Amino acid sequence: MKANVIVFPGSNCDRDIKVALEKFQIHTTMVWHQEKVMPNSDLVVLPGGFSYGDYLRCGSMASKSTIMNEVIKHADKGGYLIGICNGFQILTETGLLPGALLRNKKLKFICKYVNLLIENNSTPFTSKYKKNAKIKIPIAHNEGNYFADEKTLYNLQNNEQIVLKYCDENFNINDESNPNGSCLNIAGIINKNKNVIGMMPHPERCVEDILGGTDGSGIFQSLLS
Amino acid sequence: MKFEVFVTLKKEVLDPQGKAVENALGDIGLNTIKNIRQGKYFTLEVSETDENKASDLVKSSCEKLLANQTIENFKFNKI
Repeated sequence: MKANVIVFPGSNCDRDIKVALEKFQIHTTMVWHQEKVMPNSDLVVLPGGFSYGDYLRCGSMASKSTIMNEVIKHADKGGYLIGICNGFQILTETGLLPGALLRNKKLKFICKYVNLLIENNSTPFTSKYKKNAKIKIPIAHNEGNYFADEKTLYNLQNNEQIVLKYCDENFNINDESNPNGSCLNIAGIINKNKNVIGMMPHPERCVEDILGGTDGSGIFQSLLS
Repeated sequence: MKFEVFVTLKKEVLDPQGKAVENALGDIGLNTIKNIRQGKYFTLEVSETDENKASDLVKSSCEKLLANQTIENFKFNKI
């Protein structure tokens, strides 16, 4: 499997995702945001970070980068596309995923492990997890408060597009287990075609025991299966 | 031709920053000031002499970049 990781000015999880992808033998190429052409690949990753210093709105400038034309073409052809953290914000700004990511409800940057419920395991990104399994993956963001209007939320639920939800140790999905104020405790969603996923948690930070856990591995193993 | 653009959160979108500012004003004794909503203000120049054409360009810049219409509204005026 081949992957392209898009590097924007201010990306800071680009090398982490490369290390994680290569751990799973996914051949990875870094692609600068000003490139007009992207090498062919099965997977494109929009990494975490602070593209363009989060100016205007998180992900808004990056969503207009030259390379995004190629990224959108890749997604339209059915190629896999993952946006992690800032990458998720970029995906909503491009319109490839619905909704928007707002400032965390309590206005604080949150960097910690959270419990996530696998709401949908019939996607190419989550098939190695059990449905309704609980996994622990870190988040690190200031704008992860997922917002969409009621109609969009209804459609997301109806089309089984909600993939990950914040929960507690006992699988409870409620305000207490919601770190950032996200609608419906949403931590990750997928498009209707099930080839574009956006998620606030960082699976690439969670593939080595020595770094605190391996629950993120399932994302990469799912892609390979 | 110069324009000013206001971008504000839609009323159904929570504005925790506005709320924090409101609380801080309360802390300094200005507690009769309520319902603060924070937004963005831009000024810009369009190198176009036809006002209708210039307005269309400003509108387009709002729709495509300055505002995210999932969460924000915009309005603009010639100045």
